Amino acid sequence: MRQWFKSGDPWIWLIGGGLAISLIMVIGLLTLIAVRGFGHFWPSPIVSTTATTAAGETRQVLGVMVRSETLPAQRVREAGQDIPADQELVTRHLIKVGNRDLNGRDFVWYLDSALGELNYPEGALRIERREWGNFYGFGRALERGGQVAARGENLWPQLQEAIARANELHQRIETLERVEIGGINSKLEALRLERRSLELRDVSGQALTAAQADLRARQAELDRRYEDIQAERRALMEESERDVLIAETAAGREVRIALNNIVRASRNNAMGLFDRIGFYGHSIGEFLSGYPREANTEGGIFPAIFGTVTMVLIMSVLVTPFGVLAAIYLREYARQGVILKLIRVSVYNLAGVPSIVFGVFGLGFFVYLLGGTIDDLFYPERLPAPTFGTPGLFWASLTLALLTLPVVIVSTEEGLARIPRTIREGSLALGATKWETLWKVVVPLSAPAMMTGLILAVARAAGEVAPLMLVGVVKLAPSLPIDGEFPYVHLERKIMHLGFHIYDVGFQSPNVEAARPLVYATALTLVMLILILNLSAIAIRNRLREKYRAESD
Amino acid sequence: MNDQATPASPVSSGMFDDNRQALEIAREKVSIEVRDLDLYYGTEQALKGVNLKIAHNRVTAFIGPSGCGKSTLLRCFNRMNDLIDICRIDGEILIDGKNIHARDVDVAEHRRRVGMVFQKPNPFPKSIFENVAYGLRLQGVNDRRKLAEVVERALRAAALWDEVKDRLNDNAFGLSGGQQQRLVIARAIAIEPEVILLDEPCSALDPISTAKVEELIADLKNDYTIVIVTHNMQQAARVSDFTAYMYMGEMIEFDDTARLFTNPRRKATEDYITGRYG
Repeated sequence: MRQWFKSGDPWIWLIGGGLAISLIMVIGLLTLIAVRGFGHFWPSPIVSTTATTAAGETRQVLGVMVRSETLPAQRVREAGQDIPADQELVTRHLIKVGNRDLNGRDFVWYLDSALGELNYPEGALRIERREWGNFYGFGRALERGGQVAARGENLWPQLQEAIARANELHQRIETLERVEIGGINSKLEALRLERRSLELRDVSGQALTAAQADLRARQAELDRRYEDIQAERRALMEESERDVLIAETAAGREVRIALNNIVRASRNNAMGLFDRIGFYGHSIGEFLSGYPREANTEGGIFPAIFGTVTMVLIMSVLVTPFGVLAAIYLREYARQGVILKLIRVSVYNLAGVPSIVFGVFGLGFFVYLLGGTIDDLFYPERLPAPTFGTPGLFWASLTLALLTLPVVIVSTEEGLARIPRTIREGSLALGATKWETLWKVVVPLSAPAMMTGLILAVARAAGEVAPLMLVGVVKLAPSLPIDGEFPYVHLERKIMHLGFHIYDVGFQSPNVEAARPLVYATALTLVMLILILNLSAIAIRNRLREKYRAESD
Repeated sequence: MNDQATPASPVSSGMFDDNRQALEIAREKVSIEVRDLDLYYGTEQALKGVNLKIAHNRVTAFIGPSGCGKSTLLRCFNRMNDLIDICRIDGEILIDGKNIHARDVDVAEHRRRVGMVFQKPNPFPKSIFENVAYGLRLQGVNDRRKLAEVVERALRAAALWDEVKDRLNDNAFGLSGGQQQRLVIARAIAIEPEVILLDEPCSALDPISTAKVEELIADLKNDYTIVIVTHNMQQAARVSDFTAYMYMGEMIEFDDTARLFTNPRRKATEDYITGRYG
């Protein structure tokens, strides 16, 4: 036994075991969010069955089985359900029945004993709507301008065509609203500001009259264009209201669904494997590239992805020069002594300050003090509406830059310390000054270390939520921080963020069951995004390493 | 390399040509003059009252056991010791009659005139071309043609041109140790210094590379004043015209190489070169 201990084997087992446990935990975590998140997009079969209520009534149920659970009968009895006394365990199923506009709720628990035989009717229809969530039922007829255009065999292909057309129209309306009307609105706002700044500057006499006339002319021009676009939009709207689907719920109730309210219709039970895979890919694509709907419980997360990436990139641009310069000063120029040690310890300890503290600081200092001052100085015509004096993209990035500064400083300093003295001396011996040596030899050589710092900073910043809630991230941002409007990058706008989106969807959502899979899917997206950002940074670092490969490395 | 262990001294091995004409420092033009130089690292004295004259366009070698101060003395000539905070210097060093510690001396400018090659090859993480062009670029030379011309001349002078002419844009780290050391010498030559300091330039090289560098030193002395620190007494004997033997921070003996190795005046010198030291 002693021999065994002395051989070191137990320790090797211990080390290996530790590693294995860590790996299992990481892989388990990723698998869990992957399965729960992206499983949601798979077209599950639509179940048709009967349910018997406590009163003995039987009604038809149509929907998708979400999950099942087994509980002690006592708990169900306490909840008011009638369970035979000898039964100890009860199984119940959560079925997504949709049709929120008709039933009031779209997820319903049914006791296993209350359900009848399960059928999977081929004709069962799942319709993803822009409002009121999914509809489950059967298609009956397609109406066009009040006339029945298709029914029976013809209905399905005709419906698909009509949906494609309606979606295209919807797309055009959306573009019109976002780009054209948005553009006119921002120009009108600019006009208003010009007028306001005229008032502020106390222009009078002829100059004022001329300027006002000019403004009026431009306003009239914009108003006319706005009217044109509105007319075009109304025409498109009317077009898109042409078709209506007549459908029937499981209970036999007839429902009219306008096609401009339909995102997609699918007959899940009639799909082959390839159809399913296609549908799955399409759904995931839509999730990643779409805009959120229905209080973030439906639709996509594109603005959140975009906001996160933009914020992290701006943060990197801000933190790298600051961190690198500070590290160069600390390592190369500052006189080594007690004060420097104190400064260094403080910088290192900044990394341990809880992030919400940075958020509070960012709000108090950056947003209110700096932002307020900027508004006073540069945007007086917009007051009292704040421009930079309110949380926004730039302040969020700056706060995160401050948060990640210590990481960049520490790794840059370590990189600088690792450059062999002989290389510096070689440069100095050729008549280079200290600054030239630093700039031309030492800094390029320590670039990989700076990248390492940046990688750590990005990983930390992309996952941070708490401080962002204070300095610029919101539940739903009306527009992206980068768009076609001058000046193209809008640093003052509020953004959406994946981390905050997870929190919002998970805890602030009005529809818990609908939101649950989105929480996992968003979490997985966030992890993947950080992975992609890190991998690209690592790729850059490796290329730098290759370029500045030194024997000492 | 371990000279001390070899019982046979260079003298007895008959390395010197008896007909070789003895040089006389007094007859030479002086390039560097050291007067009463004391150097302290904190409280420890590393150089004690060193006096020395180094001849123009000759090779002068410093020999002595480890820690005797020969590298420290060499690094004084281009003020490399300035980089060490705790280092303090008394006494004078004159190069071409001008005190290098005078107030109006620009250190960077001074180092341009006094080039240095270190023990371990230290090319920059750049291409071969850029390594040699580095000093020129510092001086603001950016004309591509002029740079190419100087780089070629320097590489030819360092006997490296033929080996690297087809891969000037490759990273300098791809060269062998010997090639790197010659590259570093080319880099020093490119800015046309007056003096080249070599701090044990061959200690990290194999014998063939060492032979090449030694050959190079012999060629270079026509144009440059060369000071070389070496551990290897045969090397000192082979390449130098004058040799200084240092021990414990003191200049024990300085003479022309042939005489120092065949007929040392001091007992300590004789003990060291015949391997009785220690």
